[in-house]
Amino acid sequence: MMRRFFPRPLLSLTVLLLWVVITNAASLGLLLFGGLLALAVPLVTRPFWPDPPRLVRPWPALRFLGIFALDIVTANWRVARLVIGPLHRLSPAFVEVPLDLRDPFVATLLASVVSLTPGTVSIDVDRQRWILLVHALDAPDPQALVREIKDRYEKPLKEIFAC
Amino acid sequence: MSTMSTATEYAVAALIVLGALFVLLGSIGLARLPDFLTRLHGPTKATTLGVGALLLASAIFFSTRPDRGVSLHELAILFFLFITAPVTAHLLAKAALHRQAKARDGEQRTTADREKARSAPESPLG
Repeated sequence: MMRRFFPRPLLSLTVLLLWVVITNAASLGLLLFGGLLALAVPLVTRPFWPDPPRLVRPWPALRFLGIFALDIVTANWRVARLVIGPLHRLSPAFVEVPLDLRDPFVATLLASVVSLTPGTVSIDVDRQRWILLVHALDAPDPQALVREIKDRYEKPLKEIFAC
Repeated sequence: MSTMSTATEYAVAALIVLGALFVLLGSIGLARLPDFLTRLHGPTKATTLGVGALLLASAIFFSTRPDRGVSLHELAILFFLFITAPVTAHLLAKAALHRQAKARDGEQRTTADREKARSAPESPLG
């Protein structure tokens, strides 16, 4: 019964939260309408969605968000220094990160996280060989970057979505 | 405004300055860095910490005003920015790679042709 009305509970929750956030919903009417949206949007958009991975561990997910936020701040400082420093010292590089995960959605999430942390932009996910192609602004040691991405981001994501 | 405590005012001001600084640094990166792919790193930086700090300042400012409740619009802005920015970067980078690959292919063909042309008159000697 639950499954029938909420095929994507997480999507429903996201829609509801976004609605509350956008409208600053204080009144009961707005809240009810948000609930209606949370019910309708996943049902209507169901054909578009691929098989979703299940969020199995919410607490490590929160921890991951915290680490991610901190990384954005520290990486920003590092890249800021690189950008105003002497440019000839930069060693930009393409780095291939072999992935252990095998889920398109989680791979997209990982790619987005890599793109949002400054200094690295993900360019492609090769779904035949499961390789994430990353461009780094300054990677004197590409292997270290590969290890960092795998340990810091891929491992927790694999754990969170159990894939 | 008058009910806003000094500490909050300082916090909001500091966040605005910090955000503006990082947006500026992102722009400097965009202007200074030598090629397309390294330039791509500038704006991604500006959107994360730069806009993040500005939005946080906005959220604090409007949440501490007496006539309103908590302001949460900023969270939505941040959320949408964070899910769209990597897509833009990804598309730009891919487009750049395709163009580069095309240019490189052309280059290789011409150098190969040139070498062929160069080696052709030598072949009777060899």
